[in-house]
Amino acid sequence: MFTRRIFAAALALCAAALTAPQSFAQDKSIVVASTTSTRDSGLFGYLLPLFKQKTGITVKVVAQGTGQALDTGRRGDADVVFVHAKAQELKFLSEGQGVKRFPVMYNDFVLIGPKNDPAGIKGMKDVAKAFKVLHDKQQSFISRGDRSGTHSAELRLWKAADIDIAKDHGPWYKAIGQGMGAALNTAQASNSYVLSDRGTWIHFKNKGHLQILVEGDKRMFNQYGVMLVNPAKHPNVKKDLGQQFIDYLISPEGQKTIANYKINGQQLFYPDANDPNA
Amino acid sequence: MRAPVAELPITFDKAQVAVGKIIILDDISLKISSGAPTVLIGPNGAGKTTLLRVAMGLVRVTQGHVTWGGRDDVAPTRRAIMFQRPVMLRRSTAGNIRYALKTAGAPRSNWERQMAGLLELVGLTGLERRPARRLSGGEQQRLALARALARDPAVLFLDEPTASLDPAATKAIEDIIANVAARGVKVVMSTHDLGQARRIAGEIVLLHRGRMIESGAADTFFANPKTEEARKFIAGQLLV
Amino acid sequence: MDTDVSALHLVLSADPALVAIVRLSLEVSLSAVVLAAVIGVPLGAVIALTRFYGREAAIVALNALMGLPPVVAGLAVFLALSHSGPLGKWGLLFTPGAMIIAQTILVTPIIAALSRQTIEDLWAEYRDEFAAMNVGALGRVATLIWDARFSLVTALLAGFGRAAAEVGAIIIVGGNIDGFTRTMTTAIALETSKGNLPLAIGLGMVLIAIVIVINALAWSARRAGERLAG
Repeated sequence: MFTRRIFAAALALCAAALTAPQSFAQDKSIVVASTTSTRDSGLFGYLLPLFKQKTGITVKVVAQGTGQALDTGRRGDADVVFVHAKAQELKFLSEGQGVKRFPVMYNDFVLIGPKNDPAGIKGMKDVAKAFKVLHDKQQSFISRGDRSGTHSAELRLWKAADIDIAKDHGPWYKAIGQGMGAALNTAQASNSYVLSDRGTWIHFKNKGHLQILVEGDKRMFNQYGVMLVNPAKHPNVKKDLGQQFIDYLISPEGQKTIANYKINGQQLFYPDANDPNA
Repeated sequence: MRAPVAELPITFDKAQVAVGKIIILDDISLKISSGAPTVLIGPNGAGKTTLLRVAMGLVRVTQGHVTWGGRDDVAPTRRAIMFQRPVMLRRSTAGNIRYALKTAGAPRSNWERQMAGLLELVGLTGLERRPARRLSGGEQQRLALARALARDPAVLFLDEPTASLDPAATKAIEDIIANVAARGVKVVMSTHDLGQARRIAGEIVLLHRGRMIESGAADTFFANPKTEEARKFIAGQLLV
Repeated sequence: MDTDVSALHLVLSADPALVAIVRLSLEVSLSAVVLAAVIGVPLGAVIALTRFYGREAAIVALNALMGLPPVVAGLAVFLALSHSGPLGKWGLLFTPGAMIIAQTILVTPIIAALSRQTIEDLWAEYRDEFAAMNVGALGRVATLIWDARFSLVTALLAGFGRAAAEVGAIIIVGGNIDGFTRTMTTAIALETSKGNLPLAIGLGMVLIAIVIVINALAWSARRAGERLAG
């Protein structure tokens, strides 16, 4: 008796779940391949509803590492790519995979480490020197290791310190192949140093005894660019809707919205669509 | 009482059943006609079960012929069999009978009436809702009988129907068999209980090692067995 | 969903974003189980009841596929559904449809293998009686499936448990898109990586509650089967 009621209830639940097609609706929408750091900064949560209100277009963000996001564009699985690794973006364009690159905004990276700072780099103005100290003192360091924009920035900084990190690293250097949040978690749990974008850092809720030790060096600036995936190569790309998104990002209205995004009163992203060198 | 029976007589003509090199039944020539029950007797392994299965149509002969009413292609619609250890379907008592009625092609509108009749016949009235597997051994055997009878058979095969039952349950089954036989159903059964054979048989067939040793009217067989094996078997000696 | 609220509070207040995530998880996994059952139960029945060349190998393969690593299934589906893949024109990548496909692939072997075992065992019992009652092939299959229904339901619930708990396949083919392809498991992965542990724990609690309910259902299915069939 009782069991029959349970079965009836279970069947009803199944029926209800299956006949509600809400999540399957496919109205005006585009897929944007972006990065985990951009997602984790919370910018999309702020920006996309405003964009939808204005244009009625739903933006579905697939957040991966920069390299993976660009590969998603290469496979035609996204309409727009929005990442922060200029060299990789230009390569993408040169392959004919993108139509045109528009600079959008920049934020910066910060070098995070444990409060007691065993390497003694706190407050250094020269980030390359700080990296050298970490290397020489073999301090535990967490690397993204995932071809992301952050990873590319980290590699540039090793190079700026004259260190060939690919050849010249030991067990102190840990490449985890995951996103920024995972890297910060790992750093917190293992008392390590890590390079992070400011947005993810501010948003990160598990800081523990980690804090920003080095910031402000011009080489730590992180430029974002947006590109429409080439519809000539991938006919399924929604080029009109995608272009509307790009136009919004670089428009005065979009740029102002980006600047208005704040966490704890702090601005994260600095719009620079008008900067020809960005 | 019943439409002309196409099933009988069941005629075995030099029939043999072999599995690989092993011969289970050999050179069986036998005629099963309508009338009083035919009882197969003989030691274990004599081939009684196989003979019943062949007569039912479940096993094919590897040599010789078997015909039902002169034909060798009669569908088993008017034949039914109850196995030595019948398996209850995972349903209630009523569910089992309903299944038998359904597979026998009985019209659905008749089911309730027929089921009531069958349950009464086998003495299981009141146990309709009980899961069949929770019935006692004797009750399960009676339910299996009811299932077989649900097919409204002209010929009913029973393989050691009371082998695992106590005397009270055995009597219950024997009463039902007598009842059914009196209604005109041809009963063909096997038993290793000579007393039961005496009680029920109109005709006896003695099997030993796959061969038919002797057959004939029951009274004559028991009073005057013609073969040495029959004499020994009736006297209760082991046939090896 | 970026609020710093305690896990219990989130769960109890039925935060709409949380509800949407739970609902999507159930939709995806239930759909996958239904599809897997439609494919798997007949497949299990056929393997149980017929003799064919390579039958033993098929059984071994089916049992082995029960342990198919979800990320591998996810990768395969991802490559197939990508716009540069053979099924790209279906446009299913990064949609719940892709997640259902991936989970169906994971769950079907479980349901097929368990169905095969259940039906084969019951077939061994019913064989003679089927012959005695002259039941045709289709009738046999139908009767076996019906009489074994409680064990089969247990198999379905096992499949659902596997689907509801996995994250490797659906995070690859779904893309964990906020509001569209984010389920309980992928959200837990995400919120953990953001260090947002209260929310992750809240989702974890809901997921565990669902798993417990599933197991309770499986248990009562077994008991009902015993009561009814003895």
